[in-house]
Amino acid sequence: MDLGGINPAILIASLMVASTPILLAALGELVVEKSGVLNLGVEGMMITGAICGFAAAVETGSPALGFAAAAVGGAAMALVFGVLTQILLSNQVATGLALTLFGLGLSALIGQGYGGVRPPGTGKLDLGPLGDLPVLGRILFSHDPMVYLSLALVAAVWAFLRYTRAGLVLRAVGESHDAAHALGYRVIAIRLAAIAFGGACAGLGGAYLSLIRVPQWTEGMTAGAGWIALAIVVFAQWRAWGVLLGAYLFGGVTVLQLNLQAAGAAIPVELLSASPYLVTILVLVIMSSDRRRAALGAPASLGRSFHASA
Amino acid sequence: MIRLEKRPQPSAAWSYVTPVLAVLATMVAGGLMFAALGKDPVVAIRTIFWDPIFGEFAFYYRGQLLVKAAPLVLIALGLSLGFRAGIWNIGAEGQYIMGAVCGAAVGLAFYPADLWIVFPLMVIAGALGGVAWAMIPAILKTKFNTNEILVSLLLVYVAEEILASMAQGLLRNPEGSGFPGSRNLSRYDAAANNELIVGSGMHWGVVTALIAVIAAYVLLNRHRVGFHIRLTGQAPRAARFAGVRPDALVIFCFGIAGALAGLAGLFEVAGPAGQISIDFNVGYGFTAIIVAFLGRLHPVGILLAGLLMALTYIGGEAAQSTLGLPAAAIQAFQGMLLFFLLAVDVLTDYRIGLGRRGVA
Repeated sequence: MDLGGINPAILIASLMVASTPILLAALGELVVEKSGVLNLGVEGMMITGAICGFAAAVETGSPALGFAAAAVGGAAMALVFGVLTQILLSNQVATGLALTLFGLGLSALIGQGYGGVRPPGTGKLDLGPLGDLPVLGRILFSHDPMVYLSLALVAAVWAFLRYTRAGLVLRAVGESHDAAHALGYRVIAIRLAAIAFGGACAGLGGAYLSLIRVPQWTEGMTAGAGWIALAIVVFAQWRAWGVLLGAYLFGGVTVLQLNLQAAGAAIPVELLSASPYLVTILVLVIMSSDRRRAALGAPASLGRSFHASA
Repeated sequence: MIRLEKRPQPSAAWSYVTPVLAVLATMVAGGLMFAALGKDPVVAIRTIFWDPIFGEFAFYYRGQLLVKAAPLVLIALGLSLGFRAGIWNIGAEGQYIMGAVCGAAVGLAFYPADLWIVFPLMVIAGALGGVAWAMIPAILKTKFNTNEILVSLLLVYVAEEILASMAQGLLRNPEGSGFPGSRNLSRYDAAANNELIVGSGMHWGVVTALIAVIAAYVLLNRHRVGFHIRLTGQAPRAARFAGVRPDALVIFCFGIAGALAGLAGLFEVAGPAGQISIDFNVGYGFTAIIVAFLGRLHPVGILLAGLLMALTYIGGEAAQSTLGLPAAAIQAFQGMLLFFLLAVDVLTDYRIGLGRRGVA
């Protein structure tokens, strides 16, 4: 076993890349849950985004158009969920599951003929002399634009929820849809917008997997990333910076176990591959064991259907 | 202006009509999807839904129908109990894998002894394997209030890793010249779950599924636990006043679901699949969620829904070979069915009203 071959600077840099898909998806889900909707279809929206982005990027040769298509694809899937749960008042848990099952099938269908194809490369963002800094340049300033976009999005979501009026309205809808409705806010329209945003973010996260992180298309390539994103929202106690921390912690575990596999550590490969899931479960247990603290951040109307009859 | 008015009582008539309506809507939407793929939609729908039962090779397909429906019905029955009580076990796929691994391990440990006790022991081990895997989310839920949806789902990926490890390591066939995969259990008489009547598709899993349907019906309609399950789902607060212990109910629902999923895995590995291999699981645990909802969480409904879903698998395979319809199209088709089911369900609880009446 050669652990000396693991370079910490490269490790942290690849951690940021490994975390970005989950960070994007979890950030979108955070906004959705803040509006009082529980969308369990993150996995389905991510994989749809992954193939939409991949196909669009391959056909047009432009990764930027690929990411745009991924956001549209993810949002379209999310709106199917939105129409079912908000207008037809279906059960959110069951509909989210349906979204995942359907997304996995649909993506495999669209993805036929894209196996083994290489997508157009996404260049690094050139930050001039910053990228040449020792260690720090390698860690912070030598990434693709999506990594910085995801970080900017964390700040934007945080500021939106904390400082803007629209963010306040969104949180009000999530805490008590009846009160928000009585004040004249359009609960369903606001929730649909949040759901679409969540879908777009999940789609971007999926496309990041297929266009940059892997970069290739394989069926079911998200492999539970969407579910881990859901767990990270719980871990973050519904706060934007917490999502960043959770996603990077998770990315750290992923990168570390991949490095250990490559270094030939004396741990069974299967145990290493399962470690991100086990760590997620462990973190969930720790975060939810204190019932009062766990309930603190959760929106009060989370997962409840709204019907204006009452 | 169309609006929805809540019914005072869910409509009994609509609750029977909506699954049929959803299936028909899925056929139309699926037909459009097949047409988009360049296949004749009428031929495709007929190949999937008609030919396996009434076509030329029906004698073969009818048996396959039972083989595919048995695991779906077994798993869906277990899941439906929890779903009724608002307990969401969506990791049946993992419980199915662990049941198969544990059951097969017991069978392989006895190889090549020819004892009658081997198969019963495997059945017990399979059920216990499923229960053990289901107990992880259940106990975490009751002790630490951890979300059972996420834990049970994440454990599926862990179970898949264990399956891969077993197929390549502990349970690998020592005479398999290094290829991954265990000995073939269906060729080991004491452990095989072969057809009870040749050509019928009837194996022990099918028998167990039928018994489970009856048992679930009795439990839900004639037993206090079934009443508690239904009460908890409809009015959790009232249930607590009525003396229902929520934690005990979580353990019970996960335990039953785990046992049934484990059994389904064991019957599959000892019969139709034959061996533990890396790609042994094919998603029955997830499709069973659709089956449970299509059957309206009712045991008899689940039996019918399981048969219908098995039909889409078999018809899908037939359409794959005769029409070149991609396998993924069937998966998307099944997902679509769940969407339509959830969409038309609104008609059971709400009435569609026309015209505007006051400010809603």
